[in-house]
Amino acid sequence: MITAVNRFSHVLALAASLLSTTVLAGSANAQDEGLVVYNAQHESLGREWIDAFTKETGIKVTMRQGGDMQFANQIIQEGDASPADVFLTENSPAMTLVDGAGLFAPVEKETLDQVPEQYRPADGMWTGIAARSTVFAYDKTKLSEDKLPKSLLDLADPAWKGRWGASPAGADFQAIVAALLQLKGEDATKAWLKGLKDNATPYKGNSVAMKAVNSGEVEGAVIYHYYWFGDQSKTGENSKNVGMHYFKNQDPGAFISISGGGVLKSTQHMKEAQAFLKFVTSKAGQAVLKNGSSYEYAVGKDAPSNDKLVPLADLNAPKVEASTLDSKKVVELMTAAGLI
Amino acid sequence: MMGSGNCLSKTVAFLFQRMKASALLQDNRFFVAGNEAPVAPKRARMLLPRRRMPHAPVMLLATVIAIFSLVPLGFIGWITYDVGWETVKTLVFRARVGELLINTVLLESITIPLSIALAVTLAWLTERTDIPCARLWAWLAIAPLAVPAFVHSYAWVSLIPGMRGLESGVFVSVLAYYPFLYLPVAAALRRLDPAIEDAAASLGLDPWRVFFRTVLPQLRFAICGGSLLIALHLLSEYGLFVMIRFDTFATAIVDQFQSSYNSPASNMLGGVLVACCLFLLGLEVLLRGNERYARVGSGSPRPADRRRLGWFLGPAILLPVLLAVLTLGVPLLTLGRWLYLGGSEIWRIEVGSAFLQTMALALAGGVLATIAAAPMAWLSVRAPGRFQRLLEACHYYVGSLPGVVVALALVTITVRIVLPLYQTFATLLVAYVMLFLPRAMVGLRASIAQAPVELERAAMGLGRTPGQAVRQITMRLAAPGAAASIALTALGITNELTATLMLSPNGVDTLATKFWSLTSEIDYVSAAPYAVMMVVLSLPLTLTLYTQSKRTAGQ
Repeated sequence: MITAVNRFSHVLALAASLLSTTVLAGSANAQDEGLVVYNAQHESLGREWIDAFTKETGIKVTMRQGGDMQFANQIIQEGDASPADVFLTENSPAMTLVDGAGLFAPVEKETLDQVPEQYRPADGMWTGIAARSTVFAYDKTKLSEDKLPKSLLDLADPAWKGRWGASPAGADFQAIVAALLQLKGEDATKAWLKGLKDNATPYKGNSVAMKAVNSGEVEGAVIYHYYWFGDQSKTGENSKNVGMHYFKNQDPGAFISISGGGVLKSTQHMKEAQAFLKFVTSKAGQAVLKNGSSYEYAVGKDAPSNDKLVPLADLNAPKVEASTLDSKKVVELMTAAGLI
Repeated sequence: MMGSGNCLSKTVAFLFQRMKASALLQDNRFFVAGNEAPVAPKRARMLLPRRRMPHAPVMLLATVIAIFSLVPLGFIGWITYDVGWETVKTLVFRARVGELLINTVLLESITIPLSIALAVTLAWLTERTDIPCARLWAWLAIAPLAVPAFVHSYAWVSLIPGMRGLESGVFVSVLAYYPFLYLPVAAALRRLDPAIEDAAASLGLDPWRVFFRTVLPQLRFAICGGSLLIALHLLSEYGLFVMIRFDTFATAIVDQFQSSYNSPASNMLGGVLVACCLFLLGLEVLLRGNERYARVGSGSPRPADRRRLGWFLGPAILLPVLLAVLTLGVPLLTLGRWLYLGGSEIWRIEVGSAFLQTMALALAGGVLATIAAAPMAWLSVRAPGRFQRLLEACHYYVGSLPGVVVALALVTITVRIVLPLYQTFATLLVAYVMLFLPRAMVGLRASIAQAPVELERAAMGLGRTPGQAVRQITMRLAAPGAAASIALTALGITNELTATLMLSPNGVDTLATKFWSLTSEIDYVSAAPYAVMMVVLSLPLTLTLYTQSKRTAGQ
């Protein structure tokens, strides 16, 4: 029994010391987190930017990973007490939400000058940092060019029942719906969402949806372009049967979504936060998009995108005002449609 | 004679049953049998000094902890009240909630009977037949618990990418969770008094009838308890069902959370989920009934004879072999394959730091939960009463809530009311304590019950103060149980996903959250090391649990 007690007290002592180190480390972290970035971009891309920035400036950055809308709503609830200094998203509706709540500080002029006007909101409260194009990823073994949908709206047609998929709970898809809402209005969007509910298979995540196309579960899926390029650059295992259909013709399905970056008004590190955003939109930051593994479009002035991508200018995207995409309404409509 | 495997399963089963019994405010006559030290008989009490432990401070502590446990439930009530009936109506009474309810009912009503059939058959084979290597099969039947449920589904989805929907959900759930039924059923089978079966046989019943009329009814408590545990797990499981694409309330709440943070919509889904939990708890009370099966009179039952399988041996041995392949072979194979494909470069430095962080969190959470459970565990053994049972129920119910519901409540409360605690280790640890309080209770309670109150009194008679007596006698004797509690809780924390995702401080990555973010980018190769490390971390915990439970059993 003595040994039992001894051993137990050892365990207890070990656990207690671990506990104190955890808590101490925690509070130490709180003082020395450096810049806090709420990153709703892909974890790997956020990491590449941060590492490059830290290497160049020596400024420590702590990244918190989450989703676009989750963070946007979170920042609004946190208000002035938000631990975040910088907010990066995959799409712009979340930026609009935070901007609407008046929580962004104006982006420095030099940063804005690095990004062409069409890739940032007119008010200059945040800026585009990358872009992505909507595509219809389809099963090449089942669909030929002539059988592809002409418009995103066609997919609501009963003819497409059970044949396509999407990741409706994700920010990417909700951005597409927001664009649709702006381009075609509430009634058309409602009708399309109803068609989506009836026809489409819901997946968790765009990569999973693409994987389903590849394995022949569905004939196509509405996703963004770079999932395919990313997979092709690795093993190609999840996209070997998948073809990419760009809707073009200014169709809602040709929507180019702008990833956003903004600095929180409440930050205690205004200088460093602005420097980070400036870095992300600079030549060096945009080069991460050209050379890295993300395959998103670069949006900086004279910043080339990855050579493998169809150039942005050729995509014939519809004109969408990124700063007015209404994410709240989209979540409301999607909740009402039973999609989330 | 007790085999090592037997011993562990017996203890754990006892723990589970105890948990269930106390959780439901039921009396515990059934369990008094050998493990409980009854309150000192009247005569002894007269001989000992009248000095008694003061209960009030302990009661106060237990009450404070009980009130804390009520926070998530109170929170949902408050949100419901706050948004008003009209909003509640539109958010709860909609088609989506109906779909999720149907999914849940189907999942539960198919998975549970299948698991019962499987567990009872397997338990009978390993406990009551002459199947070769019975102890090995018993161990292999428990082993899947060391593999997190979402790693099970990861393994299956890697093997068969098309797996999805209800059938797959049921299949993987049964494989991942059936040990929760196997454990108590096997333990109960071992404890049964074979005299009843002999009597039935002597009255002319054939072996099948003997089994269905005398053995099965006696397994009712074990089956109900295990089923409840699985049913609650199915409600709160997130990763498993996301991976094979089957929507449940837990997955829908996380979807809502990601679309709108802590909106009324996600909280209302949480409310419905809580209602489902309470319904299951009630259902179990109804089904369990309160008959008791026990020996009257002196003596103790002899061990039951093992039935000869004869020609049936061949087909019978297929079952445990097949199960071992499905529950252990497939995860090992998949992990092995991804590890092989990934080579050495997937073992990045982050794997190590996630491992250390997870270990620290798991142990810290385990210790805290055990400390938090101590007042109630002590009270329920030393000073049972009506009010104490109510307090105990508060301790237990919170463990039946899904992590996602507890996390939602804590997110909102910290961001709105106690901001300094927002996104801190403190909040995360509070969530762990709440979620795993029942686990901590069970180990502690059982071992406090084994520390005779007479020793405490004797110590006081020899001049120790009540505090000293408890410290020097009871706490020492209960130490192995406390270690088991810590291990059980730490195991839970190692595999916890949703609460960690939602509450963790900036920059914290546990094995589970890293695994999760990698698998959701379908980077199965890079995720493999994290899964392996989760299993690696679970092993010593399981071992601690095992050795401590052996001591608890007095060996």
